[in-house]
Amino acid sequence: MRIDMKVNGKLSSTEVDDPEMPLLYLLRDDLALRGPRFGCGLGQCGACTVHLDGRAVRSCLVPVRSVGEQAVTTLEGLGSSVNPHPLQRAFIEEQAVQCGYCINGMIMQAKALLDAHPQPTDADIRSALAGNLCRCGTHQRILSAVKRAAATLAGGEHA
Amino acid sequence: MLNPYVNRRDFLRAGGALVISFPIGAALGGETPARAVSPRPLALDQVDAFLAIGADGRVSCFSGKVDLGTGVRTALAQIVADELDVALDQVEVTQGDTQSTPDQGPTYGSLSIQVGGMQIRQAAASARAALVQAAAAKLSLPAEQLFTRDGAVYARPGGQRVAYGELVGGRQWEMKVDPKAVLKDPADYRVVGQSVPRLDIPAKVSGEFLYIQDLRRPGMVHARVVRPQGIGAKLQGFDDSAARAVKGHIQTVRSGDFLAVVARTEWAAISAARALRVQWSAWEGLPDQARLWEHVRATPMNHSDVLQSVGDLAQASGEGLKTVRATYDFAIHTHGSIGPSCAVAEWVDGKLTCWTASQQTHLLRRQLSLMFAIPPEDLRCIYVDGSGCYGRNGHEDAAADAALVAKLTGLSVRVQWMREDEHGWDPKGPPTLLDFRGSVDAAGKVQAWESTVYAPDAPKTIQVPLVAAGLAGMPTQEAHPGNIVQALAIPYKFANIKVTAHRLASTPFRPSWIRTPGRMQNTFGNETFLDELALAAGADPFEFRIANLDDARAIELLRRLAKVAQWAGRGTPAPGRSRGRGVAFVKYELVRTYVGAVAEVEVDRESGRIRVTRFVVAHDCGQVINPDGLRNQIDGNVIQTVSRTLLEELRFDRSRVTSVDWASYPILTFPDVPEVVVELMDRPREKPWGAGEPTASIVPAAISKAVFDAIGVRLRSVPFVPQKVLAGLRQS
Repeated sequence: MRIDMKVNGKLSSTEVDDPEMPLLYLLRDDLALRGPRFGCGLGQCGACTVHLDGRAVRSCLVPVRSVGEQAVTTLEGLGSSVNPHPLQRAFIEEQAVQCGYCINGMIMQAKALLDAHPQPTDADIRSALAGNLCRCGTHQRILSAVKRAAATLAGGEHA
Repeated sequence: MLNPYVNRRDFLRAGGALVISFPIGAALGGETPARAVSPRPLALDQVDAFLAIGADGRVSCFSGKVDLGTGVRTALAQIVADELDVALDQVEVTQGDTQSTPDQGPTYGSLSIQVGGMQIRQAAASARAALVQAAAAKLSLPAEQLFTRDGAVYARPGGQRVAYGELVGGRQWEMKVDPKAVLKDPADYRVVGQSVPRLDIPAKVSGEFLYIQDLRRPGMVHARVVRPQGIGAKLQGFDDSAARAVKGHIQTVRSGDFLAVVARTEWAAISAARALRVQWSAWEGLPDQARLWEHVRATPMNHSDVLQSVGDLAQASGEGLKTVRATYDFAIHTHGSIGPSCAVAEWVDGKLTCWTASQQTHLLRRQLSLMFAIPPEDLRCIYVDGSGCYGRNGHEDAAADAALVAKLTGLSVRVQWMREDEHGWDPKGPPTLLDFRGSVDAAGKVQAWESTVYAPDAPKTIQVPLVAAGLAGMPTQEAHPGNIVQALAIPYKFANIKVTAHRLASTPFRPSWIRTPGRMQNTFGNETFLDELALAAGADPFEFRIANLDDARAIELLRRLAKVAQWAGRGTPAPGRSRGRGVAFVKYELVRTYVGAVAEVEVDRESGRIRVTRFVVAHDCGQVINPDGLRNQIDGNVIQTVSRTLLEELRFDRSRVTSVDWASYPILTFPDVPEVVVELMDRPREKPWGAGEPTASIVPAAISKAVFDAIGVRLRSVPFVPQKVLAGLRQS
C-alpha cells in the first residue's frame, strides 16, 4: 500500500508491504534518513525518537498506518552541520557526544521539552531525558548542552 | 570559520558563529567506504604504512586503531599535525581498513594513543626529517639551517620555502620509521595539548554521520539471525511456511545450527524471522545462577600463577597482629551498546569484503580467513564507525553472520542484530571471584597481603570465537577472556605479599573483554580490601596509602585529590548518617596512568538504594593530547562504571540469557547520574598513557567505601543492589 506522509516539511509517498511496519524503517530505509536510529525496537532506549506534530515519539513503535496527517520531524529537520539548530549547536559547543548513537534521541527529546518548557530546571531536564539511554556516559555534557540551548533560545526570543 | 587550534574556553566563547566544516571525507565514516585503495605497504616499520602526502600537500594518516566514540581520530590528527608541522585541517585519518592501514593491534587496553599514536608520531618525525633532507638537497643548503612550518620546509635566511607536496607529493616514502628520529620539543607543540573540537561531532548531531547501521550497498538485502533457544541447543528442524508468506522474504538459510532469514526489506526480514517456527533440542548447560559463586569456586583449574611475590607470608609477624579476611565477587556484565551490532558482507570471485564496526579489523580478517578457509589476502575488512562498544562486543559476530549469509546466498547482505541478539549473544565479562587475607600489626603496618583471583584461563592467542563459525561447524578458535589478571598486583610496599591467579578451565558464557577487563574486578578487590586493612589499622585512607607508597608521582596525585575533594578524614558510621565518601587509587597495571577518586554517596536506609551524587577524579596519564577529549573519556569511565557497580548483572536460567533488553538489564539513567569533577595532572614532557580504562577501575571500590562510610555496611559483591544493602543493615 501507499503511505503519504509529511516528513521535515516535504511530502513523501512510499509503497510499503506492511502497514504495521514501524515508522523507523520507513524513515531509515525508504527515505534514507540517518537521524532516527534503531536501538531496541521496544521503546526502551529513545535512539529512534522523532516528532509527530511536535510530540516526541518512539518511531520504532509507531506503525506507519497510524501517522496519517501528522507532521513528522527528524533530526535532519532541525538543522544541519552547516546550519545547526541551537540545540545541535549547543551539543557541538559542549562537545556532548561520545559515540553519538543516542544523540538523535537526546536532541529530539530535549527539543520537545524546550518547546513546552523553555526554562527547565536541571531536574526537569533529567526527568525529561530519563527514558533516553546513553551507554558512553555523556550525560553531564548532554545536560549542559540542553541548558545552553535553553539559554540561547530564551535570549533569541528577547532579541 | 573557527580556527580549530583553540582551547575549550575560547572555543566555547566563540559561541554563535560556530560552524565547522572539516574536509575529512572518509575519515567521518564517509560516503565512500568502498573506494578502491591501491595496496599500500603495511609493515609497522615503514613510514608508508602510516603516512602519505599528496601533491596538494594534504596528509593522509593511516591508523590500525579506530575511533570507538572516544575521539581518538581527532587526537591522532593532532599528533600528526604537530609532529609533521602541518595545519590540522590538512590531515585526514583513515582507520581500520585492512587494505590501507597497518595492523597496530585491536583497539583495546587504553593503548590507542600510548602505543598506536606513538607509532604514528615516530613515523611523522621520521618523515619530517626526510623532508628536511630532501629540501636541503633541493635548495643546496645544509639541513641544520632549515626548519619546517605549515606544510613546508623553510630556509632561515631569506625565507626560501619548499612545500611538502613538491618534495614527496603523491610518491611513497620507501623508508623505514627511524626509532631515533628526534621528536619535537613538547614546548613547540601547537595543537597537541589543546582542546581541539572533535572532528566527528557536527555530523553526529545532525544525522549526517555514517554509522555501520546506515551503510547501504547496491543490491543489498537484509538478514536477521535466529539464534538457538538454549546456548548449546541443536537445530532439529524448522517450518518457514509462514516466513515465506511474508512479502519480501527471499530465502531462509541454514548451515548446521546457524539459521537466518533473508529479505528484500529490513521489516520483512524482522517479520519473517518472527514467523519462523523452529525446533531446538533441549540444552541446560548453564550453572544455577543462585549458586554461581560456588560454581566458580568449584570449576577445575588449569593452572595457578603467582603474579607478585614479596618476602614470605609465613614469616609475617608483629606485635598485636590482626588478620582480616574478605571475599569479593563481581557479576557478569554485558557491553550494552545502544546500537545492536551490524555488518555488511559481499563475496565477489571468491573474495570477501566486509564492512564492520569491529575494534579489531585485522584480527577479524584472520578469524574470517580461518572460518572460510581462504587466504587473508582474499579478504578485506573495512571499518565503519558503530555504536560505542567498550570492548569486544557483537560487531565481529555480526560480521561473521553477514559473511556466512552472503556466502550462502551469493548476495550483498546486511545483518542487523536485534536487541535480544545483542544482550543475549554478545560475549560477556566473566564472573570474577577474589579472596583476600591480610595482617596489620599494632603499629598499623601491613605485615601480610595475600590475594587470589578465580578467572578463566587464557589460551595463547587473544581472540573471541565467532558465534556463526561455532553454530555452522566451521573452523573456530579457543575463547580468550582478555588479559584479565592484570592489576591484581599492588603498588603498595608491604613486607610480605603474595598475589595468585587461579586460571579456570571454563566459564559459563563466551568471555571477552569489557572496559577495564579484570583490572576493574581486581582493583575493586584490592582497593576495598586496603580500606578494610586501613580500618583495622585505625588509619585515614589517604594517609594509609601515602605511607605505603614510594612513588612521588602517586603521592602528588593523592595529595592533589585530597585537596580538590576537600577531604577531611573518614566519617564515623552512625545510625543517623546516610552520606559517605570513599577514596580509591590505581597505578594502572603498575606501569602507567595514575588515577585517584573520591566518591560521594547517599544511602536510603529504608529502601537500600544508593545514590552516587559526585565523583572527584585526579588523573595523570602523562602528556595530554586533547584535554577536553580526555575529560569526556573520564566522565564516561565514571558514569558507565557507576551504572555497572550499582545496577548491572546478567540474568540467566539453565539454558540462556534472560536479561535480553533494557527492562531486564537496566542501566543508569539521567536522574541518577552523578556530578563528575575532573582534575587533570598534565605533564607535557612525559609519555602519553592511556585513559580509556584506568578511571573505571577504581569506581566500584570508591563507592563501596563511601557506602561503608555512610552506613557501616561493607559491600563486597557487585552490583550493589538494594537487597545487599538491606541485608548488610540487618546484620549490623
